[in-house]
Amino acid sequence: MISMTPRKHIPLSLTLLTPAVAIFLTLAVGVAIFGLLGFSPFDSLYTFFVAPISRPDQIGDLFVKACPLIITATGLVFCFRANVWNIGAEGQLIFGAIFSGWVALNFPDWPAMSLMPAMVLASIIGGICWAMIPALLKVRFNTNEILVSLMLTYVAALFIDWLVRGPWRDPMSFGFPLTKMYSDAGLIQRIDLPIVGTLGQLHWGVIGALLLAVAGGFVLSRTILGFQIKVMGDAPRAGQFAGFEPHLVTIGVMAIAGGAAGLAGMIEVSASMGQLQPNVSFGYGFTAIIVAFLARLNPIGVIFAGLIVALAELGGDYAQIALGMPKVVTGVFKGILLFMLLAGEIFNRYHITWRRPAVMPVSKGR
Amino acid sequence: MSKSSNSSCSKLGPLLEAVGITKSFGDFVANDDVSFSIHAGEIHALLGENGAGKSTFVKIAYGLLQPDTGQLFWNGKPVFINGPQHARKLGIGMVFQHFSLFDALTVAENIQLAMPPGETMASLSSRISSISKEYGIGVDPDARIYNLSVGQQQRVEIIRCLLQDPKLLIMDEPTSVLTPQETEQLFSVLRRFADNGLAVLFISHKLDEIRALTSRATVLRRGQNVGSVAIKGQTNSKLAEMMIGNKVKNVARQKAPAKSKLLFEVKNLYRPQESAFSVTLRNISIAANAGEIFGIAGIAGNGQGELMSALIGEWRGSDSGVMFLDGVDVSLKNPAERRVARMGFIPEERNGHAAVPSMSLAENALLTSHSIVELVRHGVLDLSGMKAKAGEIAKDFDVRLPEANPLASSLSGGNLQKFVVGREIIKVPKVLIVSQPTWGVDVGAAVFIRRAMLDLAAEGSAIVMISQDLEEIFAISHRIAVLHDGILSDAEPAGNLTAKKVGLLMGGSHAVGGKSV
Repeated sequence: MISMTPRKHIPLSLTLLTPAVAIFLTLAVGVAIFGLLGFSPFDSLYTFFVAPISRPDQIGDLFVKACPLIITATGLVFCFRANVWNIGAEGQLIFGAIFSGWVALNFPDWPAMSLMPAMVLASIIGGICWAMIPALLKVRFNTNEILVSLMLTYVAALFIDWLVRGPWRDPMSFGFPLTKMYSDAGLIQRIDLPIVGTLGQLHWGVIGALLLAVAGGFVLSRTILGFQIKVMGDAPRAGQFAGFEPHLVTIGVMAIAGGAAGLAGMIEVSASMGQLQPNVSFGYGFTAIIVAFLARLNPIGVIFAGLIVALAELGGDYAQIALGMPKVVTGVFKGILLFMLLAGEIFNRYHITWRRPAVMPVSKGR
Repeated sequence: MSKSSNSSCSKLGPLLEAVGITKSFGDFVANDDVSFSIHAGEIHALLGENGAGKSTFVKIAYGLLQPDTGQLFWNGKPVFINGPQHARKLGIGMVFQHFSLFDALTVAENIQLAMPPGETMASLSSRISSISKEYGIGVDPDARIYNLSVGQQQRVEIIRCLLQDPKLLIMDEPTSVLTPQETEQLFSVLRRFADNGLAVLFISHKLDEIRALTSRATVLRRGQNVGSVAIKGQTNSKLAEMMIGNKVKNVARQKAPAKSKLLFEVKNLYRPQESAFSVTLRNISIAANAGEIFGIAGIAGNGQGELMSALIGEWRGSDSGVMFLDGVDVSLKNPAERRVARMGFIPEERNGHAAVPSMSLAENALLTSHSIVELVRHGVLDLSGMKAKAGEIAKDFDVRLPEANPLASSLSGGNLQKFVVGREIIKVPKVLIVSQPTWGVDVGAAVFIRRAMLDLAAEGSAIVMISQDLEEIFAISHRIAVLHDGILSDAEPAGNLTAKKVGLLMGGSHAVGGKSV
């Protein structure tokens, strides 16, 4: 019989070990899948995880890929810590892109000094607006934020699709569903390092992402705001007892997550695309959920988790090109990783022992 | 083992015999080599403090837990009871402390759910009626559970057990939810069982009851059997000594200052019903003076939870002029603002209400101090200040820590309660609102907590204490009021009241100074 007793104290080593073991098991299952698909396991692993980071410029690209994941996941950590299950970051990211796109397309003549902050602000507002729909419905009517936020993602995706095919389409785009290019002032520049020059696509948004994650870590661990969020997530009654308002916390964390996702959308478009298109996000809003959990809901951990997941994404592209491996393998990888992480959580929280079911009889002296 | 004498004197031998039962949870040994026996026709008490291992033993006897080592014998034959169903089949019935009845169903429907399928409702109803007639247990088979009092619900549970024709009936702290009158009725029913040859294992820590009801008692202390004794000739203090291990120290009642200032006042608090099973609070008026402990007695489920959350400010009405602290209207203030006005609160539930189990003591210290103590500057936490505060509370209130700044969940119930109490008292609030301050803590911690509350009152604070423990109410309150069905009786000086009078009020009789609507 298996018996599970809750751990009173979770050692730090275990906290770090769990994600490591989860990654290892994911790789092991991955090797098995590669084998079944008829690929050489060693070549596949190399192509997936080593080839994408074998040159300095590729390291830059890795950070670029991780950038929207880190920003979005940092926001999601706040939601998940508060026990608010925002699954709709993808939609919030799209709305951030739409709002900042509106600013960029309407004020192309503004200098970067004013256009860039306006776009950042617009993207955050856009993400917050989209996140407020599930938040307010939850607070007012006690709706389920998982369902509402998830379904709104599809609304957002169809909405941007309509925008770039309809009212916002560039008349000179030869019928392609694209807006005009942003003016140069609306584009995020690459980082030009003193000696090495540019590192792949590495841009200033990545620095923003890293700062945001560090700031998120500070807010969550060292401020009264973070304390409120954690108390509400761990013990809502104790939160009310402390005098915190549950509805305000729900709205607050949804705003943080929505704003962060919106910002990620703006950076992704301004740094990599330069114009709005039907697909401004490649599932970053969903992948960020995995990143947040891989980071064990710690914003600093999000940086590393974001890089690891970004590596798997890049590896998927490489494997597709070099080995002709189907792109869905990346999705399978992400799924297995999330599964392993959640399973690992059980071992983290509970002490699991194997017990013999039989009772040892005591000899009875009569 | 001296138990062998039993088999020679009794022809039948024991009905249930436990030999060397040991059960541990992690490092904690809940039952340590417990051996004793129960005979047919006897009411046997299992006596012990909170956490002495009574419930663990009972769960083993009912098949809910398996012992690590040791053996149970049923009618002289070794048995492994692998679940409640098996226990019922053997003839062991159990009435739990917390009932498992569906509020919206009738008595007969609830009972039918527990019976093997196939019996018609009509035949079941007639069996219920005949059993209740046989033992004088008055229960209407067609009544819905939510209309029944706690005592009546307990009778439903008892009848449910009796219909399965048990040889042994286990009752886990059955009187903790009853009025003195209901307790007396229960006892006469249990005595009739014993006369009919049924064995009853009666779990309690109330000495008077045990002496009134049972013939033999087995006393558990820290999981060990300290002895099985005949009740005849035992005094309360002797039994208590066995139970606790040293002399019972009573908290001496103190006299309230003759004339003192009104510090806390509630005027006609009304709180509407929120769900089908919550209580409406009506015309609640409280006036607590400086230096006074204002005790609110009452049986669980008569509005204690609703009243507590209204006093804390978790629930707030829309009217001002309902609640005053030293003349200042706090009716519309939230808990944090009330703390700024120097109120302190200790709710009943430690885990998840008064404290966050997954957080450290330093963070738990912040929980009720973030609005008043300088632990937060410009929104940033002062981590070392929080740790120092938690350390100070632990030191002043004798909280034993397994490590520096441990998680709240790693403290035992008594230690965590001392922390939760200390966290409020250290701030010397003008008014302290407390619910069940010593619920589920060991005797040593209970004495300590009561002493701390008396000291706080002596310094000039007013304390409002909601408690279901009459002994506690009488031990430290200066004035006492009774909460019944959401209505609070007029408060009377503790000296003017007897346990019987309070018991009548708790049972809903408004004959003595009660306010009727």
